[in-house]
Amino acid sequence: MRFLLYETGHAQPSAPPSQQMMEEVGKFTEETKRAGILLATGGLAPLGTRVRSSGGKLAVTDGPFTETKELTGGFALIEVKSREEAIEWAKRFRKIVGDGESVVQEVFGG
Amino acid sequence: MTATDAHHAIDAVWRIESPRLIAGLTRIVRDVGLAEDLAQDALVAALEQWPESGVPDNPGAWLMATAKHRAIDRLRRNERLERKQEELGRDLVLQQEMSVGNLDAATPDDVGDDLLRLMFIACHPILAPEARVGLTLRLLASLTTEEIARAFLVPVSTIAQRIVRAKRTLTEARVPFEVPVGAELDARLASVLQVIYLVFNEGYSATAGDDLIRAGLCEDALRLGRILVGLAPQESEVHGLVALMEIQASRSRARVGPSGEIVLLLDQDRARWDPLLIARGLAALDRAEKLGGALGPYALQAAIAACHARARTPAETDWARIAALYDALAQLTPSPVVELNRAVAVGMAFGPAAGLELVDALTAEPSLRSYHFLPSARGDLLAKLGRLEEARAEFERAASLTQNARERDLLLGRAAACSRS
Repeated sequence: MRFLLYETGHAQPSAPPSQQMMEEVGKFTEETKRAGILLATGGLAPLGTRVRSSGGKLAVTDGPFTETKELTGGFALIEVKSREEAIEWAKRFRKIVGDGESVVQEVFGG
Repeated sequence: MTATDAHHAIDAVWRIESPRLIAGLTRIVRDVGLAEDLAQDALVAALEQWPESGVPDNPGAWLMATAKHRAIDRLRRNERLERKQEELGRDLVLQQEMSVGNLDAATPDDVGDDLLRLMFIACHPILAPEARVGLTLRLLASLTTEEIARAFLVPVSTIAQRIVRAKRTLTEARVPFEVPVGAELDARLASVLQVIYLVFNEGYSATAGDDLIRAGLCEDALRLGRILVGLAPQESEVHGLVALMEIQASRSRARVGPSGEIVLLLDQDRARWDPLLIARGLAALDRAEKLGGALGPYALQAAIAACHARARTPAETDWARIAALYDALAQLTPSPVVELNRAVAVGMAFGPAAGLELVDALTAEPSLRSYHFLPSARGDLLAKLGRLEEARAEFERAASLTQNARERDLLLGRAAACSRS
């Protein structure tokens, strides 16, 4: 089973992560590789561009979008045995990065 | 947290932690069977305590500490009965381990070394291939006996006995917990790779209608392969095997049609191939080749799979390269089946007459006598050469040899087309 793990939050500029946290995150990524579960991972630029279609019209807007939570930080695509295992990995990630929210969503097809 | 939630969470922790837990314990107690028992004891303790106390901050360390305490208990109990020299030694090692502290003291490399040793033990040539598969899935992929039995379509008791016997065999033979060196390493590594590929093929042969657990074996094998890449990154054939599995897995959705039938490679909808797995496979193949392993048996098979993966349409397939790769594979691991595949590639690359010449040389091969792919390949080449009457006879013979109803229909259809033309 594949799951996408990502962080959500408001795209407000916040203090950059400390060197120590970056190292911890690096170690965690390494651990997921060693466990054979990491298919793809990457960091995301803080501001995105939104492409919206409505009534056949397209609108392109640059962020930030204060009204909704958006994908921030980074993402990981993992392949694990169960939803619970995906959640366990997300918990381990949160213990390292501290306050905030991660979302675990199953990926179909792929 | 409800008890059910807690059990699910514990199950997830177990999936992640149990291989390294068992590996670390095997290093200490020098017995896979005992190590697994101790790990199970720790699991039971977790199931008793965690629903009340919550999952500890470092569940892996908790499980290891608990298992070590159980190990000491057991040794003390044995001590009262009979104090063996060997156990004295074990006790000493344990005491040192306990004083050093928990799992945190072990670096990722230490844990990796233990896992690699565990893989070598589980795939030891002293065990029958099916026992190696069972033990590997149980100890390294954290599958339960029930899951293994369901995946391999055999009774639970069969798998349970197989695993018990395998552990006993390893204990009685006093198989050392080590990574083999020198010439032995190649042979032992080949056994590990073979076990992983067996698991993969078992899953790959399951079709859409089959039990999901069965198809899950592909993911289990891939996970084991990806773990092994981390443990033995300098071994080119490990990358070769992973490349082969990633590329084959990339086609798993395209190879089954709407009614569960197998769709042949050249008929597959390539838009349904998984580009992520193809990219991972090609990268793994590249690593195998950079390590000087382009001519390893798995790397060669991966390179053949890669030729198909790189072609956007069947017409773009580099058949000349595939023929050359089969040629290299035939020299390395000669077999009539490899020869037959080479003949087909030659036919695609250099014309049906060239292919037919090679196929004709195989018609007397005893091991291919009841292999439907031989007359079906021969029929295809004959049809392309316009020798339709001979082609029809070959397709009919192929149809009579295949076990697969859908394939039989396909072959009979081709035979009928020959008569119509």
